Amino acid sequence: MSFGPHLLLAVLEGLVSSAVLALTALGLSLVFGVMRIVNVAHGEFFMLGAVFAWWFSTMVAGDPALGFLLALVLAPLVVGLIALVAERLVLRRLNYDPEATIVATIGMLYIFEQLALMFYGPEARAVQAPFDFRVTLPWFGYSGYKLAIIAASILVMLATWFVLTRTRIGLIMRATQYDRETAQAFGIPVDKVYAGVFALGAMLAAIAAVLIVPIQQAHYLMGTDPLLLSFIVVIIGGLGSLRGTVVAAVLIGLTEGIVAVFFSPTLAKMLATLFVALVLVFRPQGLFGTAAR
Amino acid sequence: MTAPIVRNDRPMAAIMLHVIVIVVLVALQFVLPDYHRAVFSRVLVLAVFAMGYNLLFGYTGLLSLGHAMFFCAGLYGAGMTMSLLGWNAPAGFAAGLACGAVLALVIGLLALRTTGVAFMIVTLMFAQVLYLTILYFNEYTGGDQGFSLRRAARQLGPIDLTDPTTRYFAALILFAAALAVTHMIVRSPRGRVLVAIRENEDRVRMLGYDVFAAKLAAVVLSGVLCAAAGATYAILFGYVGATFATIQYSILPLLWVLLGGAATALGPLFGTLFMYYVVDITSNYTTAYLLFVGVALILLVLYFPKGVLGTVRERWLPWLP
Amino acid sequence: MAAVTPLLETCGLSRSFGGLRAVDRVDFTLQPGEIRAIIGPNGAGKTTFVSLVCGRLPPSGGKVIFDGEDITGLPAHRRVRKGIAYTFQITSIFGKLTVFDNVALSVQQALLSGGGLATASLRRGVMDALERTGLAGRAHETAGNLPYGHQRLLEVAMGLALKPRLLILDEPTQGLSDGEIEGFVTLVRRIAEDATVLLIEHNMPLVMELAWTITVFERGRILAEGTPSEIRRNRIVQDAYLGAVADA
Repeated sequence: MSFGPHLLLAVLEGLVSSAVLALTALGLSLVFGVMRIVNVAHGEFFMLGAVFAWWFSTMVAGDPALGFLLALVLAPLVVGLIALVAERLVLRRLNYDPEATIVATIGMLYIFEQLALMFYGPEARAVQAPFDFRVTLPWFGYSGYKLAIIAASILVMLATWFVLTRTRIGLIMRATQYDRETAQAFGIPVDKVYAGVFALGAMLAAIAAVLIVPIQQAHYLMGTDPLLLSFIVVIIGGLGSLRGTVVAAVLIGLTEGIVAVFFSPTLAKMLATLFVALVLVFRPQGLFGTAAR
Repeated sequence: MTAPIVRNDRPMAAIMLHVIVIVVLVALQFVLPDYHRAVFSRVLVLAVFAMGYNLLFGYTGLLSLGHAMFFCAGLYGAGMTMSLLGWNAPAGFAAGLACGAVLALVIGLLALRTTGVAFMIVTLMFAQVLYLTILYFNEYTGGDQGFSLRRAARQLGPIDLTDPTTRYFAALILFAAALAVTHMIVRSPRGRVLVAIRENEDRVRMLGYDVFAAKLAAVVLSGVLCAAAGATYAILFGYVGATFATIQYSILPLLWVLLGGAATALGPLFGTLFMYYVVDITSNYTTAYLLFVGVALILLVLYFPKGVLGTVRERWLPWLP
Repeated sequence: MAAVTPLLETCGLSRSFGGLRAVDRVDFTLQPGEIRAIIGPNGAGKTTFVSLVCGRLPPSGGKVIFDGEDITGLPAHRRVRKGIAYTFQITSIFGKLTVFDNVALSVQQALLSGGGLATASLRRGVMDALERTGLAGRAHETAGNLPYGHQRLLEVAMGLALKPRLLILDEPTQGLSDGEIEGFVTLVRRIAEDATVLLIEHNMPLVMELAWTITVFERGRILAEGTPSEIRRNRIVQDAYLGAVADA
């Protein structure tokens, strides 16, 4: 394959990664933005989404589309529930103190990861894609499902944007993010908002994982990369900026995809991580966020 | 999660305690069966890693999530000069220390521009970059697999550092030195400034102290101490590998210090020893031993933020160093 | 009389937060040896102004000149070493340390930058500051356990221990009882024998009694400046601020 089509392939692959990354990072950004805490276990919610997706899909033998649909609906709900429990039991008791929360979420990371190892095992297992047609381009055939991932991700992001900006619940969330004390003074149940946001963040990651699992397979260690990449996206895109998160996700996903195809995945990750560390040092508000109040 | 400041009531008692601990450790050499003696050798070196971390986290109040990079600066600094350049052990050790100092200086200059959560993330990211760099240049570093140091290289003149008894004493000497250094730093006027910075940075600045310079010094000292542990580890145990650069080895010193008691002199040793045996024992029953690390972290942060020795100091022995 | 270099001068000093001009091109002069009070309604920019002077906040524009030297670019800790000391509006002591150790940190800094740290001079410096504020008897108590009024005094002691040329007190009598306030007046008069005092205060009788000159801030600008009796008679000030305070 000559360079042009090769590049197109890399771009398509990059867009698929971006789509998944954008959803995952959105979850992290919401939690970061509204609750002002860093959830180091966020990647584990992603992994749990994939693992539960596999589990639910195996309950329906035969029709892969039905199995996948079941997974798409149930896995995020289960993960959301787990997140809710974690929030109630641990994070609330710490009063969301930034340092303590990070340490606690690190603990959660190990717990989820190792429980997955114990009950799911060390193997990687595949989930069948719900449908199987290929789009035939002049130079190569491309999986229609992958294109569907991009579409699905855009749909979910639009839905989230709609809820955040056009509904009352979204308004309450944004009010709590902007000024917690005033929100409380207005009678907003900040505790419940926090619980809801934390669960929502986890669910977004889980949805992203369910979408990618037919391609990537479910493995108990698959949470680490999405975690780091989401961090990178959120920091570069700027805290609490939806638009920034999406733009950064596309940027990072595309760049990473292209560099990984043409050079080496390790180099891609290295440069991305270094870049984001420097952004955090020299321009902490990222590319789109506003500087901390 | 902040630990109380030591009230300088009984410095002599503290020194006596340190001496007793060292003497006990010397005596253990003759009593412990081979396997446990090897464990203790390892633990003593890793405890120095934890002590370096404690200096920055416990005493200065800066939570880094990337300290594996300083341990590895020493590990690879010593390992690579000895393996690729044929340097001897003392030179390798010095190289490890130098790498640690330089890395800590650079990282400090960059990371100290941030605070709190951003500082944690920045240190995490820099450590990741180092890990990925080690993987990327795997012709020189051995990548994930790592490399071993030849026995012949691990000598100190006529002394064979691979001999278990000698190895134990070498680790003990490092530990004792680190204990003495930390003790002196913490009790010095500049050490008290670090503790004050932890308590109320703004106030310290308005008393005329150059807070940035003080923190930078703390990062460099911490980095050098951790690098000393890394270099010693390479020389005594002969193995250098990228596992030590993973996030796990940045989380472990945090866990060891939290468990033992942040801002206590002997807490790091206690925490390292305890967790080492917990992992050792549980890994006989399940591969998911890291589960206990996770549970321990959450329990500590919820119910025992002061750790074991920290709680002892608060409730019963206020003079505990 | 020969012209004396003002101890502190600001030229066009400004600080904005987003769209809000908290301090708006302020020209301010302070003579050595004065006791100057800054008064004004909440949000007038008093603490912001003073934070610009001592370096806690960088300015958006303008200059700060201390004893003839332009210190606008100097970081806060260097200004402290030049002789500007600031006591916080919200008590900011080291609660877990003893009273002695709190002040020791101030003295230690002065000694460290001077070049020697002998225990004897440390002790002398600390007890000196504690005696002046009347806290000598409480030297070994934990600072956090002190009654509030004494914590405020400890703040002042920490500032004094730096042997400053300009001592900035930000609402020092807030929360003090009347008896404690009286003691405070005496303390400030004695401090003013060695240093220039700049204080932000809401307690009008205290201000009228202590200050040689009063500067009135409003909405980031200086509304008026003068002796206590001049300010009391000033119509504009009465309308903007004093009238409201008298009614309250």
